[in-house]
Amino acid sequence: MSFYNSQAVLIVAAILFVLGLIGVLTRKNIIFILISIEVMLNAAGLAFVAAGSRWGQPDGQVMFLFILAMAASEVSVGLALVMQTYHQHKTLDAEKLRALRD
Amino acid sequence: MILVWMISILLTGGLLCWLAGRRNNELVKWIALLTLLVDFVLVGNLWFQHQGVVTSGASTWFIDYKINWIPSFGISFHVAADGLSAVMLALTFFLGILSVLCSWNEITQRTGFYYFNLLWTLAGITGVFVALDLFLFYFFWEVMLVPMYFLIAIWGDKNRRYAAYKFFIFTQAGGLLMLISILTLYFIHASQTGTYSYDYFDLLNTKPEPSTAKWIMMGFMIAFVIKLPVVPFHNWLPDAHSEAPTAGSLILAGLLLKTGAYGIIRFVLPLFPQASAEIAWWAMLFGVIGIIYGAMLAFAQTDVKRLIAYTSVSHMGFVLLGIFAFREMAMQGVVMQMVTHGISTGALFVLAGMIKERLHTRDIGQMGGLWTSMPAMGGVAMVFTMASLGLPALGNFVAEFLILMGTFFVNVPFTVIATLGLVFSALYSLRLMQKVFMGPPKEEKHLKDFSTRELIIMAVLSISIVFLGLYPQPVMDMVKGVVLHLTMRS
Amino acid sequence: MHQYLFLIPALPLAGFLLLSLGGRHLSRKIIAWIGVGSVSAAAIFTIILGLQFLQAPPPEGSYTQTLWQWMSTENFSCAINLRVDALSLVFLFIITFVGALIHIYSSAFMRHDRDYARFFASMNLFVCAMLLLVLADNLVLMYLGWEGVGLCSYLLIGFWYETPANCHAANKAFYVTRIGDTAMAIGLFLLFKELGTLNIPEILQQAPQHFTAASPNITLIALLLLAGGMGKSAQLPLQTWLPDAMAGPSPVSALIHAATMVTAGVYLIARMHVVFQLSPVAMDVTAIVGALTLFIAGCSALVQTDIKRILAYSTISQIGYMFLALGVGAWSAAIFHFFTHAFFKALLFLAAGAIIESLHHEHDIFKMGGLRKKMPLVFWTFLAGAAALAALPLISAGFFSKDQILWYAWSAGNGSPMLWFVALAGAFITAFYTTRLMIVVFWGEMKTHIGEYPGRAMTIPLVILAILSVIAGFIEWPHNMVHLTLFSDLVQKVLPATMLQDDLPEEIVFQIIAAATALFGVYTGYVFYQGNKALIEEWKQSSALMQIRNFLFKGWAFDQLYDALFVRPFKFLTRINKSDLFDKLYNGIALVSRRLNQLFSISQNGSLRWYIVGVLIGIIFILTLQLML
Repeated sequence: MSFYNSQAVLIVAAILFVLGLIGVLTRKNIIFILISIEVMLNAAGLAFVAAGSRWGQPDGQVMFLFILAMAASEVSVGLALVMQTYHQHKTLDAEKLRALRD
Repeated sequence: MILVWMISILLTGGLLCWLAGRRNNELVKWIALLTLLVDFVLVGNLWFQHQGVVTSGASTWFIDYKINWIPSFGISFHVAADGLSAVMLALTFFLGILSVLCSWNEITQRTGFYYFNLLWTLAGITGVFVALDLFLFYFFWEVMLVPMYFLIAIWGDKNRRYAAYKFFIFTQAGGLLMLISILTLYFIHASQTGTYSYDYFDLLNTKPEPSTAKWIMMGFMIAFVIKLPVVPFHNWLPDAHSEAPTAGSLILAGLLLKTGAYGIIRFVLPLFPQASAEIAWWAMLFGVIGIIYGAMLAFAQTDVKRLIAYTSVSHMGFVLLGIFAFREMAMQGVVMQMVTHGISTGALFVLAGMIKERLHTRDIGQMGGLWTSMPAMGGVAMVFTMASLGLPALGNFVAEFLILMGTFFVNVPFTVIATLGLVFSALYSLRLMQKVFMGPPKEEKHLKDFSTRELIIMAVLSISIVFLGLYPQPVMDMVKGVVLHLTMRS
Repeated sequence: MHQYLFLIPALPLAGFLLLSLGGRHLSRKIIAWIGVGSVSAAAIFTIILGLQFLQAPPPEGSYTQTLWQWMSTENFSCAINLRVDALSLVFLFIITFVGALIHIYSSAFMRHDRDYARFFASMNLFVCAMLLLVLADNLVLMYLGWEGVGLCSYLLIGFWYETPANCHAANKAFYVTRIGDTAMAIGLFLLFKELGTLNIPEILQQAPQHFTAASPNITLIALLLLAGGMGKSAQLPLQTWLPDAMAGPSPVSALIHAATMVTAGVYLIARMHVVFQLSPVAMDVTAIVGALTLFIAGCSALVQTDIKRILAYSTISQIGYMFLALGVGAWSAAIFHFFTHAFFKALLFLAAGAIIESLHHEHDIFKMGGLRKKMPLVFWTFLAGAAALAALPLISAGFFSKDQILWYAWSAGNGSPMLWFVALAGAFITAFYTTRLMIVVFWGEMKTHIGEYPGRAMTIPLVILAILSVIAGFIEWPHNMVHLTLFSDLVQKVLPATMLQDDLPEEIVFQIIAAATALFGVYTGYVFYQGNKALIEEWKQSSALMQIRNFLFKGWAFDQLYDALFVRPFKFLTRINKSDLFDKLYNGIALVSRRLNQLFSISQNGSLRWYIVGVLIGIIFILTLQLML
């Protein structure tokens, strides 16, 4: 039994995901890219919650908690890396940071 | 147990060398020499205990030692020795001692690590010659490969990286095919009997479908013919031989190539008697092609070590030809060829190394007239070029004569072409002699003839090649049981 | 005595080992003593053995001594076994006796050479190998000696190795004989396949039962063995190495390339006579090869200017006579000619060596001249040898042996008038060029100053050989003259007697013709080179004649032919493939993977967004696949 149409929630999640993806693809600043990734992660989390509710199982919410924890750690590590990158290269433009090129 | 000792002495000796290398370079050489001498004494002991025992019938194995290793996968530490192993082990430690002696002054960089690699390669080779568990065999096969790679890549000549890569990739490609074949055989055995085992004696009873057997055999065969090497898989050899340090060339030519022949004799023929009989004609064809093609290439080379390397291709063609004749006589010749080629070509490489030490070049265009300043070296070189062209009274003649005469019963045209190889071998051998030792002396500066150490190396090699040429019977008696067993099966 | 048989080859071997291992530390005197002494001791042993053999012939016709088992496997077994019968005894005697004389000569001839020890070491090794060749009781051991003498020949031709031409000649000798040896090896394989043994007495015993008349295999075996003989004995078409082999020191030419090694082919065929008799084709081929060779080589000898090359061609030609004799079935005549030839040809080479050394290493006969007065001893000994070579009737050993061959070339079972005629023409040519050689070298004016006269160590062997060149023939007379046939009595213990055809003309007619031909040859030579010298000068103007002369001078252009047919194509083939075809293949594979790597690494540009696009495309691709399937 559900109070809402799970399909609609999934569509919202998909839109959020695509928005995040577009952000990752278009932004040059690493901080914005990180934020966009957060959006994508939350979209995935939303989809999990919707799916859990649809099947009446707790797994979806458990997964969301995992994602939350992982996102938090990812942001902290990611931001630390961004800080270091900025210190060393004086830029946060992803296009200019190409040291990993072949 | 004696076999386990041989391997572990080498492994421990290698580690000791590495450790000692941080403090004292002199000590390292003596440790390496001592290690090999101990092993040589052990194998000599083994030889004399079982000399002249021709067991016709049940078992040709002198020693059979087996303990569990990873029982859940049916892997055991199974080593055993018969006449063939004994001969090959004797050759291994004999050439091992000489390889240490001939590196005595040549290696000055990272001595400890060098002898570690040398001894571990020899340990791998020893393991290959005694392992009777296919997993263990594969393990040793790799053990001998990696240190050899380092020997070439670190202490080699100018183009050493290229040579080392080439050597590694060729042999590794073959090795992996062999691994697939081993695994396939392992699973077929399991599906037929229900027990998982890598053991040689268990797998001997496996009877795969004839068509499958053929493919499995090809996996083994390719690994071994790359090592042997057979045209067209020979290309790693000239590069590896010519770039390797002297001891490396000696071990490559003297021992590593023999593991290929050994593998065919020990595994391919007994495991797949029918399939190997089916490919016999083709194998002999490739043997003959190798004889002629290798000789022609040897004739054209201007790099002295490359020239000798190509002669190996030619000589190993005789081995392949002889194995697939499935005749006792030819098989005896094959074993003789393995031993005598190890000695004669090894000696030629050592000589090339000595010349390079003095002239700092491998180009025969820059040599000439060396006999004048180094008569002793010239004389010894004459002995070994003559051995290489198959002069009677030297060991290689016995080998080639037996192979050819045995093969003549089986395939006349191939034998005739292979015999023409004797003319070609005269062409390249005498060309080598003429360009290096004869002609007007190129350089005025006086070159030093043999030092005592060098004289000992060459004297030992010369005496052994003459001895094998005039009295090969001990070796032939030693392997008689194995050879009979093999040729009766096929 | 025969239990000491092994000493005969072992003594020279010991000499070789001593000289090669310690030669550098010994004085010249000791070197000479070892070198000469070992062979002389072997000669003494041989003579004692021979006397014993003649006095009390062993019942089975041979002495045998087994030294050790060489190799044995499957049904094949061969031992280091020495065996002496009448045939090997003749060879044994020549090898050790003439060998010892040549060694004595060399001790003086080579006295200034830097590598005195190396010379005697090689010579001793040669004697040892040659003795093994004739003493072997199985073909494998014989092959050992066979290749061993080839090695020593190579070492001694290239003795002065610092001159590239000498090395080239040495290599050529080895290559060409190796071709013959390889054929012989194949012959051995076939023989073993057929008979299951390589033991010579067993082969001779079993062959007649095993092979039906004119079976193809026996012909093949005989022809392959013959090819081996042709290589070693410098017979057509493998004769080209011998003239070049004269690059070696003169004693080497005398010992190896005149008296002993080059007659190994004769020995082989005589030894395997049963095999040859079973195959009429092989006999005919042997005779024809011999006849052609004696003629072709004789013609070349006519125009050579190098004294040693003249003798070399004449050696080829004389061995051609031996092959002819073998081919027609005149076994003992062939061996008899070998016997006399060894003396007179060794003598000629040694005398030539003495001349060359006295004239400051001058080889060209037209720069010699007038030596008759200046070097009388050399002149008289050379004359004895030349007379034997030209087969002057009754006063030379060469006459008795060659006359026998000429007679049998017509009269023996396989003989024919054609063979006789070629042999006769050869006899004329031989007498002609011998006279030319004598007159040009010994008469006329002196052209080169004489440096040093040969010492006693050189002259004594010359004198002994000269005496033998005259008297050695008297042990075997033609049947119609004196009933003294010591030599054939001995040899025919081993070799079959010669079968004669029916309805033959009187033998005396042939003898008169042969004698007249030799004398006529001498006379012609005299006319051309002494009587009417203008004639030659006149001929030199004619370009056609000069072309023929050059053609003959080059030995019928066989070298050029082989060069174009074999040497250059082979060199070309090896040169274009020097860097190995297959290597290109593997490097090609490596190159392709490197190119692919370059191609794909374009995508690795470091741009984060580019990678994400890649990931996206991948996801979309997988999803699409999922949906479609």
